[in-house]
Amino acid sequence: MSIVFKKTTGLTDKPFSYCPGCTHGIIHRLVAEVLEELNILDRTITIASVGCSVFAYDYFNTDALQAPHGRAPAVATGVKRMHPEKIVFTYQGDGDLASIGAAEIIHAANRNENITVIFVNNAIYGMTGGQMAPTTLPNQVTTTTPLGREIITGAPIKMSEMIATMDHIAYVERCMAADGPSIMKTKRAIRKAFECQINQEGFSMVEVLSSCNIGWKMSPVDSLTYIKNTMTQTFPLGVFKERKHETNH
Amino acid sequence: MSQVEFLKGNEAIAKAAMLYGIDAFFGYPITPQNELIETMSHVMPANHRVFVQAESEVAAINMIYGAAGAGGRVMTSSSSVGIALKQEGISYCAGAELPCVIVSVSRSGPGLGGILPAQSDYHQSVYGGGNGDYRVIVLAPASVQEAVNDVGKAIQLAEKYRNPAMVLLDGAIAQMMASVVLPTQPLPRVDTTSWAATGDFKTRGTRNVINSLYLDPAKLYAHNQHLQAKYREIARNEALLVDHHPDHHDGAIIAYGTSAKIAIGAAQRLKEEHGIKVKCIQLRTLWPFPKQALREAIKDMPFALVAEMSMGQLFQDVLAFTRSDTVIGYVGKAGGEIITSDDIVNGYLQQMGGEQIEHSV
Repeated sequence: MSIVFKKTTGLTDKPFSYCPGCTHGIIHRLVAEVLEELNILDRTITIASVGCSVFAYDYFNTDALQAPHGRAPAVATGVKRMHPEKIVFTYQGDGDLASIGAAEIIHAANRNENITVIFVNNAIYGMTGGQMAPTTLPNQVTTTTPLGREIITGAPIKMSEMIATMDHIAYVERCMAADGPSIMKTKRAIRKAFECQINQEGFSMVEVLSSCNIGWKMSPVDSLTYIKNTMTQTFPLGVFKERKHETNH
Repeated sequence: MSQVEFLKGNEAIAKAAMLYGIDAFFGYPITPQNELIETMSHVMPANHRVFVQAESEVAAINMIYGAAGAGGRVMTSSSSVGIALKQEGISYCAGAELPCVIVSVSRSGPGLGGILPAQSDYHQSVYGGGNGDYRVIVLAPASVQEAVNDVGKAIQLAEKYRNPAMVLLDGAIAQMMASVVLPTQPLPRVDTTSWAATGDFKTRGTRNVINSLYLDPAKLYAHNQHLQAKYREIARNEALLVDHHPDHHDGAIIAYGTSAKIAIGAAQRLKEEHGIKVKCIQLRTLWPFPKQALREAIKDMPFALVAEMSMGQLFQDVLAFTRSDTVIGYVGKAGGEIITSDDIVNGYLQQMGGEQIEHSV
């Protein structure tokens, strides 16, 4: 008998705290598989943020720091500047990265910190019970936009496009975790982002459109369809920045 | 051979920190500590250390959290409103037990206040504005040389107890030029391999995680009890005051920082001009507060005067911590004017007979 499929060594045995149907678990697995395949688990430092993924420090089989809300890119900066030879990544949701942590992500990118950011965008505050996020879609119902999001509350912030305006950074791609092919594509993007860091090309970010079936009040299957058909209308997929093979450090 | 230089307080602190062996400095401009970050911007890279001008004080303290969590010897500096912004991060550092040094060069407040010296950040430093039951070691130098020495002491205490340590001075000391003896070699290192998240977990055998989140209330209570035991140990070992006039027993002036420097002269004048032998007691640590030593020092005295450049913040703590029959008076001002020898002498003479003056509530 031979093993044809097994759990990645990039994850610990701690059971996930994520809701059934949520795609955080899939994205965790993709990141963990990439760390294992690139053989960098023993030199990676995970920066967990605040939100549903706050316990990421318990799930990734690496050294880790839990960062204050929105500050993961600043914490990652401190770690990476101390250990430039190590691999440092943040795992952040859209409330953390695009709202309270908007300054930290913009300036970490602008300094071209040689770190990787995994940005999980589910257009809602999941952990706190489904409030409006800066990425919430127009007319989307949340617990703080009960009649649907109106323009007076702001428009969905497109972080990948915004960050890609910085000329010198290495890599920005938006993917989705909605079906088999898109998940495999997401894994390739995550791999590419970590390769940029290994090659010292500078800042890399992968935004992953993700589901929150509980917050969205949908079935898991409908949530995946919503990502594909609705979220991508506001957040188009694609590579927004790729500065090829130039070492920046 | 010791290295003597004629430097501004801010420059001296920066150079000393580099010489003590700080690995990384993260800062943000704010008056009156700008020469500190400016000096760091060249002495750190020139000595192959890390310097980052952060996008905000909030980012700077979180870079500290990251670099300290990764085992670095780290320092940040700021002033009043900037220190206010760092409070969340300081609480995280205390909760996760990360050694770090915060230099606080206080200006006047509240709000944007002013840029001239004050000591109105006593509560901010000693009690903090971050959440939770945590403590920050607070050292209070009264001269440029003491500030230089205290940076070294803060590094050692922070590393010994795995706790944030603050050096609290005011803009007067930071902007003053003085001849100072700088350190000649870096301070010895403590071993951080058992806890620092350096990314070597397979070699080490266990994962190191820097965290202050405990959702299980029993575990968080245990963590708090552990922290409190550590704080009690710090309080037992590190509280410090200096009695500048051990042979004066008629009364006392209690002060720290710039006020203490001025109070030393005021005590001398009270003796020479009025024949009253008053001792100047300089608090060198504000947390831990030297309660026992202060009680001893003013025992059997009819009167002691607290002199501070704030509206009674220190006065209230002296009242609470001494609990003696000694009448405690207050003299002070806040807003950027420096307390004078006249203020202290007149305040002492006015209140020593028991006359009460208005002070903060």
